[in-house]
Amino acid sequence: MDLAFTKEEIAFREEVREFFKNNVPPETRRKLQEGRHLSKDEMVTWWRILNKKGWGVTHWPKEHGGTGWTTVQHYIFNEELQSYPAPQPLAFGVSMVGPVIYTFGNEKQKKEYLPRIASVDDWWCQGFSEPGSGSDLASLKTTAERRGDKWIINGQKTWTTLAQHADMIFCLCRTDKNAKKQMGISFIVFSMKSKGVTVRPIQTIDGGHEVNEVFFDDVEVPYENLIGEENKGWDYAKFLLGNERTGIARVGVSKERLRRIRALASKVESGGRPVIEDPAFREKLTACEIELKALELTQLRVVADEGKHGKGKPNPASSVLKIKGSEIQQTTTELLMEIIGPFAAPYDEHGDAGSNESMDWTAQIAPSYFNNRKVSIYGGSNEIQRNIISKAVLGL
Amino acid sequence: MDFDLSEEQRLLKESIDGLLTDAYDFDARKKYMKEKGGWSQALWGKLAEQGLLGLPFAETDGGFGAGAVETMIVMEALGKALVVEPYLATVVVAGGFLRHGGSAEQKAKYIPGIIDGSKTFGFAQLEKNSRYDLFDVVTTAKKKGDGWVIDGEKFVVLNGENADTLIVTARTKGGQRDKSGIGVFLVPANAKGVTKKGYPTQDGLHAADITFTNVEVGADAAIGDPENGLPLIERVADEARIALCAEAVGAMDESLKETVEYIKTRKQFGVAIGSFQSLQHRAADMFVALEQARSMSMFATMASDFSDAKERSSAVAAAKVQVGKSLKFVGQQSIQLHGGIGMTMEAKIGHYFKRLTMIENTLGDTDYHLRRVSEGGGLLA
Repeated sequence: MDLAFTKEEIAFREEVREFFKNNVPPETRRKLQEGRHLSKDEMVTWWRILNKKGWGVTHWPKEHGGTGWTTVQHYIFNEELQSYPAPQPLAFGVSMVGPVIYTFGNEKQKKEYLPRIASVDDWWCQGFSEPGSGSDLASLKTTAERRGDKWIINGQKTWTTLAQHADMIFCLCRTDKNAKKQMGISFIVFSMKSKGVTVRPIQTIDGGHEVNEVFFDDVEVPYENLIGEENKGWDYAKFLLGNERTGIARVGVSKERLRRIRALASKVESGGRPVIEDPAFREKLTACEIELKALELTQLRVVADEGKHGKGKPNPASSVLKIKGSEIQQTTTELLMEIIGPFAAPYDEHGDAGSNESMDWTAQIAPSYFNNRKVSIYGGSNEIQRNIISKAVLGL
Repeated sequence: MDFDLSEEQRLLKESIDGLLTDAYDFDARKKYMKEKGGWSQALWGKLAEQGLLGLPFAETDGGFGAGAVETMIVMEALGKALVVEPYLATVVVAGGFLRHGGSAEQKAKYIPGIIDGSKTFGFAQLEKNSRYDLFDVVTTAKKKGDGWVIDGEKFVVLNGENADTLIVTARTKGGQRDKSGIGVFLVPANAKGVTKKGYPTQDGLHAADITFTNVEVGADAAIGDPENGLPLIERVADEARIALCAEAVGAMDESLKETVEYIKTRKQFGVAIGSFQSLQHRAADMFVALEQARSMSMFATMASDFSDAKERSSAVAAAKVQVGKSLKFVGQQSIQLHGGIGMTMEAKIGHYFKRLTMIENTLGDTDYHLRRVSEGGGLLA
């Protein structure tokens, strides 16, 4: 047992840090630190810088542009990226549909889609959830009917993150109504510009616009846009959701936020002294730091295990990551709320999309607190995670 | 970075797990607790035979030169089996004082007795008003000729009634809460002026309150610098805390296993109660608490070799916080999920709960260590 990084790993971290320092646009970094949303341009600009460096799709196989890094290097890269902070690669393309395509897609699909994911020529979004299908995803109703060499797609998806920017969607569609619900689903990709696709924004409680409803009204899609085999879509969906086990803890994000909390709490006064000097506040902050340290170690255990024994049999501790990671993220936003107290109240109607930045750093704290309630809901709610632990780990 | 055990460590784990599976089931434990002094000399002898009592000592002192990971492995196994024998007091604490502070003569005099299992120790540190502050010492050691005279009262000395030798913290200079002026002394338990009031503890161990009245010891009784013993005491206390974290992880691990097994078999309303989601989610939360504690136990184990004492203390305190929180949750919920049967002396689960509860209050509870980390500037820096 040895928890220290090797010399090579430490050097690698320095290299990554140095690259971020010299290449992340300062405005992008500042916005992330302040919890503001980035414009499409800001995100794409950064991802293209990353891709030019060869770090756009780090965990893909080398033949498709991956790096061939060890699991520990991936861990270090993600941690540094999150804690710098810089925008993480767009998960829908890089971590979700990309691996499905290079694992189950045919040669033509690999050639057509993968390079455009890496270069961010295509912005992908995810068509999984539906109004009636949340945690019970397999009950989805959107249909794809085969008509000659086309699919005709009808139905509705929801919670489609950043669909307003998207060029492409990967979609779970019911292709066999008579099969048992998991068995009749196919994985189909198509252009968001297709006729019959309508995107309607959903405004979330923080006032932001991240998610959308997407309607399909007799959308015609070439048959060849089916990934893998017909009616095997559920398997690919499970592969996709299980693929990114460790990033979900978002340890780097919480680290960065805790650093910011310490800095702000040393500046903001309450009761004639900086907030950080209030023992009650400081102990809450410390308790959160300890939880995060424990989570970081738990994550490293999973990472080391995957590095050594492959991804075949996940370390049982990996189920802890989503639950604890989301709880800690939420605690950090609560601590920020405590620091500003009554000054959380003013609401900037224009949000950061309106780029009304006349308000100072306090502007995004309450919205960020409201927004972060999502992290224990998405990606398999924490209740679903507990189901997974009790069944898969404890055998209940 | 590597969380796996080495081949030798794996063998060590197999050997102690094997020994305890054979010799330390719940009934055997009950039997051992009824023996003289409240624990089994025979079992202690077996631990000695397998070399477990000599693990951390240098090879030149007759030991195996094992490190913190080996102690973690042993303590976790002891926690799983709810072992009542005085490993912590003797091998970890007394062994720690001798290894880190003992003179060549002291090592030669005391370590062989630990390794062969013939001698055990007690750590007389806690005082009426000291609570968890190791530097809060009223007991005095006054110079007399070449030697020392010790006066004072110590409480809840684990293995205090049976120990052959007591390791006593005593003030040689300064006031009650001064950080300097504290010494560490080896005192024969049968020395003139030592009176012991022994009793069983809540978790089935044995302890004693001990009064020292004009107890005279020689110059060779002092371990390390008698006027500046605090850094040594802190180091050994940290090693004891690390060991306690590992013991707690073992006990939690087994508590969760017992509980899951129980709710799989216990039937109500015609089904196993483990089929109810409210119980499944509780068990899942217990698993999360256990894994977080396990991670911090490993972290603390690694920290025991940190050269910077402040860094080490902060890591160990953080681990004690996480383990303290986790053990309370796992311990309490183990009882809850067992229902009525969990309330009985007959069921093993309650004994895990009691041991875990006592671990939280040994050498600093959760709040105490949280305050320490907090006042030290947090854990991020």
